[in-house]
This record gives sequence, C-alpha cells and structure tokens, in this order.
Amino acid sequence: MIKQQNMMIVSHQSIAEDVYELTLQGSLVRHMSSPGQFVHVKVTAGSDPLLRRPISICSIDPLLEQFTMLYRVSGGGTKVLSNLVKGSEINVMGPLGSGFPVDELREGEKALLIGGGIGVPPLFELSKRLKTKGVKVTHVLGFQQQSAVFYKHEFEQLGETYIATADGSEGTKGFVTDVIKDHSFEPDAYFTCGPTPMLKAVENMLDHTPGFISMEQRMGCGIGACLACVCHVQGDDTGLLYKKVCSDGPVFRSGEVVL
Amino acid sequence: MSRLAIELPGLSLKNPIMPASGCFGFGKEYSQFYDLSELGAIMIKATTRETRFGNATPRVAETASGMLNAIGLQNPGLSHVMEHELKWLEQYDVPIIANVAGSTVEDYVEVAERISGAPNVHALELNISCPNVKDGGIAFGTDPAVAKELTERVKSVSKVPVYVKLSPNVSDISKMALAVEDGGADGLTMINTLVGMRLDSRTGKPVIANKTGGLSGPAIKPVALRMVFEVSQKTSLPIIAMGGVQNEYDVIDFISAGASAVAVGTANFVDPLVCPTIIQNLQALLKEWQIDHIHELKGRSWMSVGETANYRT
Repeated sequence: MIKQQNMMIVSHQSIAEDVYELTLQGSLVRHMSSPGQFVHVKVTAGSDPLLRRPISICSIDPLLEQFTMLYRVSGGGTKVLSNLVKGSEINVMGPLGSGFPVDELREGEKALLIGGGIGVPPLFELSKRLKTKGVKVTHVLGFQQQSAVFYKHEFEQLGETYIATADGSEGTKGFVTDVIKDHSFEPDAYFTCGPTPMLKAVENMLDHTPGFISMEQRMGCGIGACLACVCHVQGDDTGLLYKKVCSDGPVFRSGEVVL
Repeated sequence: MSRLAIELPGLSLKNPIMPASGCFGFGKEYSQFYDLSELGAIMIKATTRETRFGNATPRVAETASGMLNAIGLQNPGLSHVMEHELKWLEQYDVPIIANVAGSTVEDYVEVAERISGAPNVHALELNISCPNVKDGGIAFGTDPAVAKELTERVKSVSKVPVYVKLSPNVSDISKMALAVEDGGADGLTMINTLVGMRLDSRTGKPVIANKTGGLSGPAIKPVALRMVFEVSQKTSLPIIAMGGVQNEYDVIDFISAGASAVAVGTANFVDPLVCPTIIQNLQALLKEWQIDHIHELKGRSWMSVGETANYRT
C-alpha cells in the first residue's frame, strides 16, 4: 500500500562531499518492508521545484518508526533539501517499487553486495537483513575519491568491505570490477546498485552467478503511470516489451532488462 | 442540486474535474489512492492502432515550476486498450474520454471507429497535438485545412462526440479552433504542451533523449488561460481546459476564462490525490462564495474589458 505523509526530520547531516544522511520519523515507516525500495520526496510545498525526488531507503528502524536515506546534492531540488533542519517536515510518498529478494539466499550462503557512489545506500539495509539471516555478506563499494566515501565503517560492522576509488585515494585504484577481478569471492548471489555502466560491467563479469540489479532512471510519477522511466527487456526482438523502473523495479533479476 | 454537475456533448459529469491524458495512464496506478468513480471523467492515455514503445530515455526533465516530457505516445495498442484497460475501467462509474492518436488519417479513423464503440467511452479526444513524435500528430495540429479534414473523417466514423485537442505551438490557435469546428468537432480540449528544451549548462547537451519535449505544469498556466479566453469567445464549442492546474482556484480561473470543464495533468505526479482534493475544495469554495452552480462563473472574464482586478496573491 502506497502512502504519503508529512514526516519529521529527526537528524540531518553531511557525511561525505555533497552527500547527506537524513533520518525521518512517521508511521509510514510501518509499511517499509523490503530493502531496495525507494521513497518519492517533495522537498518544498511550493511549485519550484515542482516534482518529487526518488531517493532510496538506506535503513529502517521499525521500533522508532524512523528511516534513513542518503542523497547526493546534484541539483536545485536536493540543494533545497540539504538546507532543511531537524524538526521540519517533508512530504514523503512510499515505499515504492520492488526491493531486493532477501529470501534468495539461505543461512551459510555467500552474498556479494556491489555499490557505486550514491547507489551504495540501499545495500545497507539489505546487508543488515542478510546478515540477520546468517548469510555471509561481502561488500565492494566504489567511489570517485576519498572525500566521497561514506558508510565504510557501518558496512565493515556487517561483513568484509572493500573500497575502490577512481583516483586511488582510498582502497583499490580503479573500479569495483577491479576489486572483484582480484579476488575469488565465489558468491551464491550478487546484489548491485550504481551507475548503469557499472551495472553492465558487473553483470558481464558475474554472468554465471544469480544477480539482482537496482536501476536508476529519471522519474515522473514514481508509481508507474507516466512511463518516463521505462527500459527494454533483454531478448525481446520486437523492441516493444518494457519494464517500468519505478514500479516493476527498481530491482531486476540479472539478464531481465537492457542496461 | 449539485454545484458541480455539468452536461457536455456525450458527457454527464458529476463534476468538471478530470485527469488529463498522459498523466494518469489508464487509471490503475491511481486507483491505489482513491475511488476513480469520484472523478468527473478520465482522459485515458493516447491510444494508437499498434503497440508503441515511445522515445529513448531520459524522457522527462524538470524546469522552473514545470516539467518537460517526451514519452513518445508509448501505449499497448488499440486491441489491448479495448480488451484490458477499458474493460478494467468498467468497474467504475465514470465516463471515459479516449485520446486517439496516429501517424496517418487511416490510423486515426480506425482507432476512433473501434474505440468509440466501447461501452464506457463517452467521447473521443482527437490528439492532433503531440509534440513528441516525428511521424504525425503535430502535423495534423498545425495546419487548419488538414485538421478540419481529419476531424470530418473521424466524425464520420465515431459513435460518440469528438473533442479535438489543440496545440499551443501555432501562431493563431483560434484559426485552428474554427477549422475543427467547421469540420464538425463537438468540443475542444486545450492546451497540449508547449515545445521546450533544457540543456546541461556544463556540457551544453540536451537533458532529454528526444532533445525537445513538451512543457507542462504551473509554468504554462498563463499561456493556457489566455488561449482559452481567446478561443472561447470565438467558437461556440465547449472547452475542456488544461495547463498547470493545481488547485480549486486554478479551476475557477479556467472556468472564468470560458472553459466548461477542467483537466489536471502534471499535478497528479506531485500529489496522487490532487483530483479528489480539488473536487472537495471546489465544492467548499463555491459554497463559501454562495455560488449555486460553477457555470455561473463561466466566461465572466469576458465582461471585464477595460477593467482589471487587484492582484490576488
């Protein structure tokens, strides 16, 4: 059930270059069940900026009825959002989309979680849930440079964590695929979220492993009505089949959609 | 007596509020939020003869108080719409206005003939103004003679009244209105989106794949209002107006400009409950103003030649 609600900001802080951690409180959290889902946020009540912002859910605390999202300031809307202070309210619609299937793995199996940049956050709640189930989690997280790295310590609490930076200022110099290439992780399944070229490279590299890929696309309505965020389906010769990232995804099985 | 019930060709409306085509799919998504029977009508997504995928992504971009879209008439095709979407909508007590699109006259005629036979389709909206497809649509919407002929052809096969959706991307919209009136149109819907663009300032590249897109949202309301004001005084056709409607005051403005009913587009993306909210607030506002029926306000702006009001904030 999709709800919308004015939620209260309980904490808001910068955690890396242009990246903010925002925790919100409200009964809407009760409906958040699946890691990898997102919320659609109206950053002001007025008409500029007009549209909502889709932002992934990073962690959920059902007891306190709070959830945390991490976002990067990349335009006017997220700039306005970054100026909001504790105690103020923002309108949140959600939870939206399908999340990562935690039940895909059993106790004792191995999961590889691969994130790039602002695609890292939804992997955090996923990792917590997998670890709770007794799944062994390993994280490979890619960032532009050291100043952009976030949640390294938080992920390390849950499992082995490898960092790659494009300029080599932290961890392995290069991309997440360079880390994967240099290790024999042999996971039973992988879960990934990040920029599309990264998703493509990961899907190609781990083509014999079951995988779940969270897509990013510019959205309008966020609920499947406007058809702004569609993608093609792999193996469809007609070119007419499609999936909606907002409501069929954002998480798809590897090989399901054209990246 | 209801303050909001209105009669238009083919349409007995509980209220003059309806979601605009392209902003509401075929209703399923919004049915998760409220009972679609509350709406005056539903203008369903443009339907073409064949299935269309539409344009490459990204298809939308935000602009100051508005948005650009270039979806490209993506839809599952006439047969699917009739067998599934319209069938599904039959559970609701709401008249459907079917938006008909195509690339050739024959396309329009076939879609119009078949879709107008669906039991819950009470009117057609002839889409001659989609700015986002290369082959057709807009070509029919910018040449008065072509628009008139297409209207005649569609009228000759349609089993329900035909409303023609006008494009604002013309030098004289009244000429288009008069041409389709001449062609036998039963009503007008206006306006479609304004062709616009947004560039990435750093690289200079367009930010949507189609390069240009249709501008909608509150940014275009003044343009839409002016066009309704102008056209409503030149034709006798009823007008369903759209362009940046967000609340009950916007509805009153379009009715004052000469419209008979009002459609809500982009605002559905911002607030899925916007249509039922507007219906409720409109009812309350008319009561407060002691207006017995919304059409008492229809066209009242025409009388104010030489007069201006204090700016309402």
